Amino acid sequence: MAKKTKKGRITIDRELCKGCYLCAWVCPNHLIEVSDKLNQKGYYPAEFKETDEKEENHKCTGCAICATICPDIAIEVYRG
Amino acid sequence: MIGEAAVRAGCRFYAGYPITPQNELTEYAASAMAKLEDGTFIQAESEIAAINMVIGASMAGARAMTSSSSPGISLKQEGISYLAAQELPAVIVNTMRGGPGLGNIAPAQGDYFQATRGGGHGDYRTIVLAPASGQESADLTRKAFDYADKYLTPVMILGDGMMGQMMEPVEFPEPVDLSKLPPKPWVLDGAVGRPSRLIRSLLLDTSVEEDHNWKLARKYETIAREIVGGETYMTEDARLVIIAYGTAARIAKGAVKRVREIGLKVGLFRPYTLFPYPNRMIVEMSRFVKDFLVFEMSTGQMVEDVKLALEGRSNVHFYGRPGGIVSTPDEISKEINSLYHRRHLEEE
Amino acid sequence: MEKKVFQRPKYLKDAVFHYCPGCGHSIIHRLLAEVLEELDIGDKAIGVPPAGCAVLAYNYFDVDMGEAAHGRGAAVATGIKRILPDRIVFTYQGDGDIAAIGTAETIHAANRGENVTVIFVNNGTYGMTGGQMAPTTLPGQNSTTTPGGRDPDRDGPPIDLSQMLAITKGSTYIERTAVNSYKNIKRTKKALTKAFKTQMAGLGFSLVEILSPCPTNWKMSSVDAAKWVDETMTKIFPLKVIKDETGKRIDN
Repeated sequence: MAKKTKKGRITIDRELCKGCYLCAWVCPNHLIEVSDKLNQKGYYPAEFKETDEKEENHKCTGCAICATICPDIAIEVYRG
Repeated sequence: MIGEAAVRAGCRFYAGYPITPQNELTEYAASAMAKLEDGTFIQAESEIAAINMVIGASMAGARAMTSSSSPGISLKQEGISYLAAQELPAVIVNTMRGGPGLGNIAPAQGDYFQATRGGGHGDYRTIVLAPASGQESADLTRKAFDYADKYLTPVMILGDGMMGQMMEPVEFPEPVDLSKLPPKPWVLDGAVGRPSRLIRSLLLDTSVEEDHNWKLARKYETIAREIVGGETYMTEDARLVIIAYGTAARIAKGAVKRVREIGLKVGLFRPYTLFPYPNRMIVEMSRFVKDFLVFEMSTGQMVEDVKLALEGRSNVHFYGRPGGIVSTPDEISKEINSLYHRRHLEEE
Repeated sequence: MEKKVFQRPKYLKDAVFHYCPGCGHSIIHRLLAEVLEELDIGDKAIGVPPAGCAVLAYNYFDVDMGEAAHGRGAAVATGIKRILPDRIVFTYQGDGDIAAIGTAETIHAANRGENVTVIFVNNGTYGMTGGQMAPTTLPGQNSTTTPGGRDPDRDGPPIDLSQMLAITKGSTYIERTAVNSYKNIKRTKKALTKAFKTQMAGLGFSLVEILSPCPTNWKMSSVDAAKWVDETMTKIFPLKVIKDETGKRIDN
C-alpha cells in the first residue's frame, strides 16, 4: 500500500542566506546541503539538493520546517 | 496656576512623581485630568518613567507635560535629550530648589546652566521660559505648549519654590479648541491608508547625525529670532541696570524702586526667555549703560550669558545668594547703592 | 497547480536583516509580522523598539514605530496606549533592556495592568555591546564581564523577570517560549497570537518571553546554539505558560 506523499519544492535565496544551516539540521529528509561557492556576503549558502535517485518517500514534501526555522526568510516553499 | 493654564492650553496628559516644592502642581493635575473626559494623569514610578510616558503621549499626538524640582529634573534629562533628538513637543516644569545633591527645598536658581545648555547628553537646547508672576506663569504656560508644537521641541518652564507657593490673582485665557490646533503629520497613530511612520533618534551614519545636529541648530536660530523676550523697567535714563530673572527679578524690582527714591538712576532688565537669551536687548542697552549688575539666587550662572552678550562692551558685576537664601529688596538696595558709588555713577 | 506556501509576511519591509547567522531575533520579527497580519491589526499597531541588537527593528517592521531609550519601552508604550486606547501597542525588548535597566518601568506597567503587549527576547547576553553579562546569563555561562563564568555568589543568579511580573495583579497573560526548533517556533507564534488577543480584548498586560539563540556571543555554531537552548537554558528558564487569566474571555 503505497502512501501518496505530498510533492513539494523549495528555493533558497543564495544572497539572503548567512550559512547558519539550521535548515539543513531540521530537514526531515536531509535535502539541504552546503554550497561549495561563496555568496557575495562571504558565506557558503545552503543549497536545496533533490536528486532523482532519492527514494520517493525521501523527497521534498513542502513541509516548510526549513523555512520556519530560517532566520533570514531566505527560503520559499511551494507545494502541489 | 501652571496646572490650570496647562489644561486650558490643551494639555491632556500629565505624568509626574512627588517631589517638594512642586507637589501642588502634580496634585492639581491629578484632579484636573480626572475631570476631563480625555485627560490622563499617571503618578509614575519614577521621574524617568514620567518623562518617558510623556514621550509616548507626545508620539501619540497629545499635548503632554511633566513637572518636578531640581533633583527630579536631573533624572528627567535622559528623556529631555530624546525629546529634543526625536523632535517631539512636551512641556517640563522645573521648580528649582537649593542644591547640588539633595540640597534643600528652598527657592534657588542653581539649575540655570542645566536648563539653558540642554541639560542631557548631546548637542541640543531646550526653550526655557522664566515667569516672574502668577499671571506670567499662566501666560507662559500657554506659550510653552504652542512653542513646543510649533518648533517640535521640549520647552521648560523654569521657576522656583517662591513662584510655586505664590498666591496671586490670575486671569486665565480661554481654553484652546483642540480641534483647531494645527495637524501633526508625524504622529504615530497606526498606518491606516498611509505609509508607516518612524520616530527615532538612533542615527548610526555619522553624516546623517551631523545633518540632524545642524538641522536642530538652525531650528534654535529660528527660535532665537522669533520668541526671544525680556522686560525693561526704568532703564531709559539708567546708569546701572540690574539683570535678574524670576523671583530674583521681583526682589530686584523692589530694590530699584527704593534706590530710585534716593535718586539713583538704576533700572532693571528681566529676561523671560533664558534660551534663547535676549542678547540683542542687552547689547542695545550697553550703548548707554556701562555697568550691569547681575543678581541671581546662585553663585553665578546667567552672568556668563550676560558677559557673552556684551563681549566686553560694558562692565558686568555680580551679586548672588545661593543655597535657598531669598534676599530682601533692602539687601539688594544696599548692594546697588554701594556699587553705584564705587563706580562713581552719580557723576555726570 | 503549484502554490507558494511560505513567504515574507506583509508587515515586514523588504530589507535584509542585519542580525548574525542563526540569531533568533529575525525569526521573532517574522512571527510578529505574521501574527499582526493574521489578526489584521498591523494598520493600527504602534511598536516600541529597544536599545540593543533589535534597536534597528524599525528597519524591518512596516508599522508605526517609536523608539524608546534603553529600558523605557514600557513607559513609552504606556503613554501611547493611554492616548490611543483603541490602537495595538507593543514593545520589543531584550533581557538587558527589560530585566536590568528597565526593571522598574516594566514591573510598574504590569502592575498598573497597562493594556499593552511586551515581547521579551531572552538570549542571556548583551549582544549589541559584545557579550557582557546579562541579568539572565546562566550560572557558569561565560561572558566578557564574567571571565570563568557567571558566579551566582559574586554576580547574583539569573533573574526570572517573567515570574516577578506574574505576581503583579495587573498582568494577565505571560508565557515563556523559544525559537530554537520548529515545534517551539510554532508555540511562540501561538503565544504571540494569544498575547495580542489579550490586548485586543482589553484584558491587560501581556508578555511573551522568548528564549532566543545568540550563536555569536555564545561562541557556538547555530545548530549547537539551538540545541543549547533546550539542553541548558530551559533548565533555568522552563518553557511554560507562567500566568493566564484570560479564561474564556478570548478564543484560543
